[in-house]
Amino acid sequence: MPEVVIVTGNQAAAYGAKLSQVEVISAYPITPQTGVIEQISDFIAEGSYNPEFIRVESEHSVLAVCLGASLAGARTYTATSANGLLYAAEILHWSGNARVPIVMAIINRGITAGWNIWADQTDSLSQRDSGWMQVYCEDAQEIVDATIMGYKVAENKKVLLPMMACIDAFYVSHTFEPITVHDQDLVDDYLPPYQREHTVLDYDDPMTFGNIVDPNYYIEFKALTHKAMENAKKVIGEADEEFKKQFGYSYGGLVEKYRLEDAEIIYVGLGSICGNIKEAVDLARQNGINVGLLRLRFMRPFPFETIRQEFKNASHVVVLDKDISLGMSGIVHSEVLSALYSNGSSGDAPIVKGFFTGLGGRDVTIKEIYRMIDITLKEKESGLGLESWIGLREDELPEDYFSK
Amino acid sequence: MKSKHKFPLHPMSKPIDGAMGKTGTWSTFKPVFDDKKCIKCGICEIFCAENCVVRDENGYPDFLLDYCKGCGVCEVECPTGAIEMVKK
Repeated sequence: MPEVVIVTGNQAAAYGAKLSQVEVISAYPITPQTGVIEQISDFIAEGSYNPEFIRVESEHSVLAVCLGASLAGARTYTATSANGLLYAAEILHWSGNARVPIVMAIINRGITAGWNIWADQTDSLSQRDSGWMQVYCEDAQEIVDATIMGYKVAENKKVLLPMMACIDAFYVSHTFEPITVHDQDLVDDYLPPYQREHTVLDYDDPMTFGNIVDPNYYIEFKALTHKAMENAKKVIGEADEEFKKQFGYSYGGLVEKYRLEDAEIIYVGLGSICGNIKEAVDLARQNGINVGLLRLRFMRPFPFETIRQEFKNASHVVVLDKDISLGMSGIVHSEVLSALYSNGSSGDAPIVKGFFTGLGGRDVTIKEIYRMIDITLKEKESGLGLESWIGLREDELPEDYFSK
Repeated sequence: MKSKHKFPLHPMSKPIDGAMGKTGTWSTFKPVFDDKKCIKCGICEIFCAENCVVRDENGYPDFLLDYCKGCGVCEVECPTGAIEMVKK
């Protein structure tokens, strides 16, 4: 029988790694991620789990360890947040393009300056071009399952790419929730041991990695990695369906569709804020407004085709960005726009309105989310540069902020 | 169109001499060695950044010019002035 335990999102991530029978773990502590490695250390101390745990001096070395161990054929895992992730950015791109199926929990947190430890997704979203897949989880159970499914997808021979499994700081990482700890036998059946066939650790027949690639071949390697991302779209769907057969429930693959049938106004969001958005959708539906939510589970690979399909009959799209691309717009907003407004398809595309919400851990209420519908319907134009701030404390800002 | 050889999934190779080709062609200067001044101390071998100084059977340095990039660190470090960099 599966066991139900009441744990934090951080601990849930650790359960995901343990159930996936990860062989090599390296991690460096950073708030709010520390709980993940504390729980893994507890498993090791109590003797219930025995991975190789390698302590190093920084996140840069953490990922270097994972990269090397993964090339040698081990299933590897780590977790980090914000500044730690950015410190490892060099190896992040390196491992994405070395095609190693590491799974890394990201506890999304604000980036300096000002020093902030609260929920904000700019950290991982800013690294969306690194060759890592990115899944954004809504709650603690989803980080358990996304970790297991993460290895299933990442280790698929058509993919062989690393994956970030992201949860929001504190809203998920430090909130206690009941989670189902699946039977190990069922997980083992779903996720067989990792077999890396094309690179092996052999002292008598050594291999070299990370070689110089001159302009004659660099493009071809990028094309291969890009194609692997494209392949991942299908593999993610298959892994989700197989998960349902094994465990009785699933998440929808690249996206979760919430009350999208006949929806004229569609919210788009990632992560824990989608709980509040669902409440706002229910409220609007009660008031006779046809609203739905497209929860982007994956930002890489980006569900380009799904977005086009689902937004066909929508008049308005409301994008919530818990991130900011300074000098441009919200990152999710601009990605959604690029999916809708390419190939000359903008004729019947909906009006897409973006909102900056809850940066650096500012709470976003159901009422505020509901109010975005009114603001969007009043917005005549659409397009870039029309992001609105939610909860911006205008009375605190200097006068010249408002000058033209 | 299909490639005739199997393209690797990511950059990887088996270690061989000169996987990047003969990098000695990149150089402008090459070391010229005077065995009368040489005291066989081995400092040039230690300092060579490209591992292209090896010792012959008598203990004298032998310069592998196929891979020497002509940096001249051997000339600078040689305590007896037995190595001189000359334009190729």
